[in-house]
Amino acid sequence: MALRVENLRIYYRTLRGYVHAVEGATFSVGDGEIMGLAGESGCGKTTLGHSLIYLKPPMAYIEGRVFLDGRELPIWDMDRMNEFRFRHISIIPQYAMNALNPTRRIGSLIADLLATRGIDFRQILPELQRRLDLVQLSQEVLKRYPFELSGGMRQRVVMLISTLLNPSLLIADEITSALDVSTQRAVCEMIVEFRNRGFVRSTIFITHDMSILYQIADTILVMYAGQLAEKAPVETIFRSPRHPYTRMLIASLPRVGARQRVERLKGIPGSPPPLLDPPPGCRFRDRCPLAFERCQEPPPFVEVEPGHFVACWREI
Amino acid sequence: MLALENVTKVYRTGALGLRKLIAVSEVSFEIGEREIVALIGESGSGKTTIGKMILRLFRPTSGVIRFEGKDIFSLRGPALKDYYRQVQGVFQDPFASYNPIFKADRVFALIREEFYPRIRRSAWEQRVEEALRAVGLNPSDVLGKYPHQLSGGQLQRFLIARALLLDIRLLVADEIISMLDASTRIDVLNLLGDLRDRGLSILFITHDLSLGYYISDRSIVLYRGRIVEMGATERIYARPLHPYTEMLMESIPRIDGRWGATSHRVERSAVLPGAFGCVYYPRCPIAQEICARRVPELAEVEAGHFVACHVRGGASSSAG
Repeated sequence: MALRVENLRIYYRTLRGYVHAVEGATFSVGDGEIMGLAGESGCGKTTLGHSLIYLKPPMAYIEGRVFLDGRELPIWDMDRMNEFRFRHISIIPQYAMNALNPTRRIGSLIADLLATRGIDFRQILPELQRRLDLVQLSQEVLKRYPFELSGGMRQRVVMLISTLLNPSLLIADEITSALDVSTQRAVCEMIVEFRNRGFVRSTIFITHDMSILYQIADTILVMYAGQLAEKAPVETIFRSPRHPYTRMLIASLPRVGARQRVERLKGIPGSPPPLLDPPPGCRFRDRCPLAFERCQEPPPFVEVEPGHFVACWREI
Repeated sequence: MLALENVTKVYRTGALGLRKLIAVSEVSFEIGEREIVALIGESGSGKTTIGKMILRLFRPTSGVIRFEGKDIFSLRGPALKDYYRQVQGVFQDPFASYNPIFKADRVFALIREEFYPRIRRSAWEQRVEEALRAVGLNPSDVLGKYPHQLSGGQLQRFLIARALLLDIRLLVADEIISMLDASTRIDVLNLLGDLRDRGLSILFITHDLSLGYYISDRSIVLYRGRIVEMGATERIYARPLHPYTEMLMESIPRIDGRWGATSHRVERSAVLPGAFGCVYYPRCPIAQEICARRVPELAEVEAGHFVACHVRGGASSSAG
């Protein structure tokens, strides 16, 4: 098991109290698994992803343990995590492609970064060149400044950099959301290719776009308002979801071939509860058509069949 | 109703505006009554520029935009106000459309000041409530609140309701869905369909092909400022002719099938294609020698279905 997360609780410290962003998350990601992490904005998916590598204030570690390849990650300790960052666990934050230093050429930028880990750029250059070829970027990219490249090319560069040291875990946060469909596809195929070639052992792919996950993920973990709702293999999530939220979410997705005049899809009425002092129990219950009294208590995240976990009292 | 005729927009960029960027190039199309036209394109394809020119926010470098036969840039005074009564826009980021220090319903008050200064307060309030109900909002839930107290979907509907307070006939909807969550975006999309059924025309600008397919009657595909293909939405999706459209269709992340193989290329380097020839030439898998030399004209290959491609649409070749 590459990654194991146990009862992870991450809050945000604010002047008015704690925002309960991730509430007791327990799950694992297997070797070679690409796990999609999906949910609406504000559901805690980005917080969960970031807390595994860079838990900085106002993010607050409350409790929980994280193991990567059997070693415990001291995620609460910013300094000790340095040993793991980039080498063992890597992240591509949202908008990373727009955060490249505009005064440095791509090549020097990579050299600087490697120097912080005590690695000589020249030593890794042949491998870097091989990987540039693999993602169909020409070698001259290394001599370019970031602003000379298109968004899609910068995103591919960022992906190359973050996986250069073959990390065990890659966290990709909304890396496709600002891209065109053709580039989106290229980036997605890179994620799969990097896994297949062993550049990355396991991947957590955070996105709000379920259709992207259908294309590349092995499993999907759905979050709702800070709680885990469901985790299952991708086909199961799409064909036989068990959590009412997942079901309604999947039903609201337009397929190519679906036209409003022929088949009218429905959204989910209502909105998520505030996470500052959230109500006890299942946080989806106000929008859930199946809610009953028991939903006042928090539902456990239970394995209902092998590899399929659901947090819903109706399904236990 | 609305017609663009050979519209071109050139931006001047760089120091002293010496460099030219052709954002939109010789674009012509029409929008009829009661139809949703999807304007599809990647970033930089000129789709937003077209929307902004229709709203008179930018002036075309050349070409004419006509509304009911009249050049919209010749309108002055009352005629111009009348234009804005009938043509309105809603944009991508709902939060950016509001001033956070005022309550969200100030957008309605501004419409009243500008267009209906003489209407009585009670009559106006009734109209606002009707408009809010028409977009599926409960007036008592949303009136009197600040933008941060409302969700993105609510704010976006607010802006549509604002347009409905006028005698609107054409709505320019520029990526209005893309910042909304999956569970709410479909409701806003359905709302557009309902408004169309009540007589409104909509220019639906999007990069999301599944959403475009779900809602639009006709589609226009842009690539680097040029129309490469346009026609009935169902035809374009079922039988794309232009290689670019074909590549887009192959790239849509579907939820009923995985991506197959593709023969199309991604950009390899920072070098831009030359000024001559087809805009898609550098990436096209079926390009021929002529494609590098001459810009293909938009040709009608079957009733209402146009394509700009030497190979697939030219007079010298069969269309299929």
